[in-house]
Amino acid sequence: MSHTKNTIAHADAAAVFNKDEARVNWHDKTLWFIREKRDKISHSIDEWEQLREYASQIKNNVLSNLSEYLQQFEANAITNGITVHWAADAAEHNAIVHRILKQHNIDRMVKSKSMLTEECGLNEYLEASGIEVIDTDLGERIVQLAAEPPSHIVLPCIHKKKEEIGELFHEHLGTEKGASDPEYLTAAARQHLRETFLTRRAALTGVNFAVAETGEFVVCTNEGNADMGAHLADVHIACMGIEKIIPQQQHLSVFLRLLARSATGQPITTYSSHFKKPQPQQQMHIVLVDNGRSIHLGKEDFRNALKCIRCGACMNTCPVYRRSGGHSYHNAVAGPIGSILTPNMDMKKNADLPFASTLCGSCTNVCPVKIDIHDQLYKWRQVIVQEGYAPTAKKASMNVMGWVLSSPKIYDMAGKAARWTLRNTPFVVNNKLNPWFKEREMPAAPKQSFKEWYKTNRKIHE
Amino acid sequence: MNVALFIPCYIDQFYPQVAIATLQLLEKFGCKVSYPLKQTCCGQPMANSGFEHLSTACNELFVENFSGYDYIVSPSGSCTLHIKEHLHTARHTQAEEQIRTQVYELTEFLVDVLKVQTLQAKFPYKVGMHQSCHGQRGLHLSQMTELNAAPFSKPGSLLNMVEGLELVTLDRPDECCGFGGTFCVTEEAVSAKMGKDRVADHVTHKADYITAADMSCLMHLEGILKRQKSATKIIHIAEILNAG
Repeated sequence: MSHTKNTIAHADAAAVFNKDEARVNWHDKTLWFIREKRDKISHSIDEWEQLREYASQIKNNVLSNLSEYLQQFEANAITNGITVHWAADAAEHNAIVHRILKQHNIDRMVKSKSMLTEECGLNEYLEASGIEVIDTDLGERIVQLAAEPPSHIVLPCIHKKKEEIGELFHEHLGTEKGASDPEYLTAAARQHLRETFLTRRAALTGVNFAVAETGEFVVCTNEGNADMGAHLADVHIACMGIEKIIPQQQHLSVFLRLLARSATGQPITTYSSHFKKPQPQQQMHIVLVDNGRSIHLGKEDFRNALKCIRCGACMNTCPVYRRSGGHSYHNAVAGPIGSILTPNMDMKKNADLPFASTLCGSCTNVCPVKIDIHDQLYKWRQVIVQEGYAPTAKKASMNVMGWVLSSPKIYDMAGKAARWTLRNTPFVVNNKLNPWFKEREMPAAPKQSFKEWYKTNRKIHE
Repeated sequence: MNVALFIPCYIDQFYPQVAIATLQLLEKFGCKVSYPLKQTCCGQPMANSGFEHLSTACNELFVENFSGYDYIVSPSGSCTLHIKEHLHTARHTQAEEQIRTQVYELTEFLVDVLKVQTLQAKFPYKVGMHQSCHGQRGLHLSQMTELNAAPFSKPGSLLNMVEGLELVTLDRPDECCGFGGTFCVTEEAVSAKMGKDRVADHVTHKADYITAADMSCLMHLEGILKRQKSATKIIHIAEILNAG
């Protein structure tokens, strides 16, 4: 996976992120604003909860019949004139894209709306092979210029302030120094990209929904770059995870209503582009990528994470994500959904992520396809410990805790000792070895526990 | 009505006044309350950390302690939810199944079972109500802002029966406080920041007290308030409902 050569554990990255509290406040408020927009628009639709239920059921059906729908999609897409490729993993996906480009002697490509290619590390792979990739969506372009991974699946540069973007554009696109007006900067990026579009012969896009019954696919964008790239290029390559399939065209009426409302609080994305067959003189390819998804599908407790439509609502609502930033999740897909998808890909590397949550459950409530995200976080924790990826110190302390709490006598004694310590030798706990004490006081320790009080005050009456 | 009082371990040790208030409150409403003396903990600290297998002994102890009552009531939404969802022993007894359905968080017990309509309590202060996540989203003690559904609040309705009490409006009525069990130390930076932000919402709205149906959230918020030398204090909802 890309950008993750030196993985820093979530808690450590979050601690660094929190050194600049004003910035954390800004990050939190920016994302909370989007959560509020989502609340407002979803609460204005009476049938919102019903829509979520429909979406969930459609996706359940898809997951239960995935192979049939994929084959149906393939047959219809081929009939429509689309070339269909199957990729078992990221490496195969990258090689397929590379091969198509080589066949056409193309060494420069525009790209729009694809988190899957982030997941597969396509940009780095192609660049190493001498192929230039230009991300055309503004947010993606910004992080590409900054040589950073996206920090959010829908809002890739949400971690950057407009002044920082101004600086970046000054350096790379020659905008005025100190300029940070979003309109000015957007116009500059647009101008720059317009030229790029006209000279690139290949365009790669992601896929939001692929319709089995028609062999078409739908790409939802606000900027229209997927359209522009695909229409101007000789070769359009669309890459999709195999879970993006939906059975029928009519199901779009559910998903298109949910997607943008959940993602950004808009009624619908500016463009919902349907691609069904190549234009004359054009080639259209679709790459169906597994990359761990079939394995995920086989895990009963976790399979329904594959219902995800990548709206990012769980990130915007997550109080931890808002205060730790997307990069702390060291994966293309961050936040709560990333924390339940990525342990399937690499449990050792991502063993920290299911613990980067308070299990508050807000993610599950905003999820437009009703994934039980916080329950899966709990279940992943059990699996990770069972598989031996828990830190040694944690294992030791949990063993002690389990032992103390299993015996009423030991528990009473340990409680009494802990309270005595807090009262008489508070320096034992009130020091920098105790993470609690860093920003919080310890609770006051009473002389008497409730049990002791009860024995003196009530037991006599029984 | 035979009620067993289930007091979470950290309340037993650090906040006995909360347990006393819970006991007295239930007795005021005519419940015959027993406190099984061999109880320790619901096992959640281990289970939430991924060590569910280490909570087996806790589960068995829990079943031993709490079998045979009409209801089990606890002043903690989080511990109640844990029992409801995760109390399982190797023997899969009927007793454990029964316990899972008989266990109630205090405010839901007062509202749903005892159908409390009026209270004799007096608490002349401005109070901010913290919605503890497991109670709210897990037990549905209050409606959740994420959902498009009619608002209600069981703890809120009880607080509204208290004479002199004024509930303050918060900017984020159901954002998590960041306690999260072992999360509070393993993710110390985010946990503390979440706590500071939650506290700030209550303090900005001039709450004299922050209350909740879960003492663990309040313990975390109290730690922050004390460090900040804030005048705002914490108080468990049982103490308010039993006040005056």
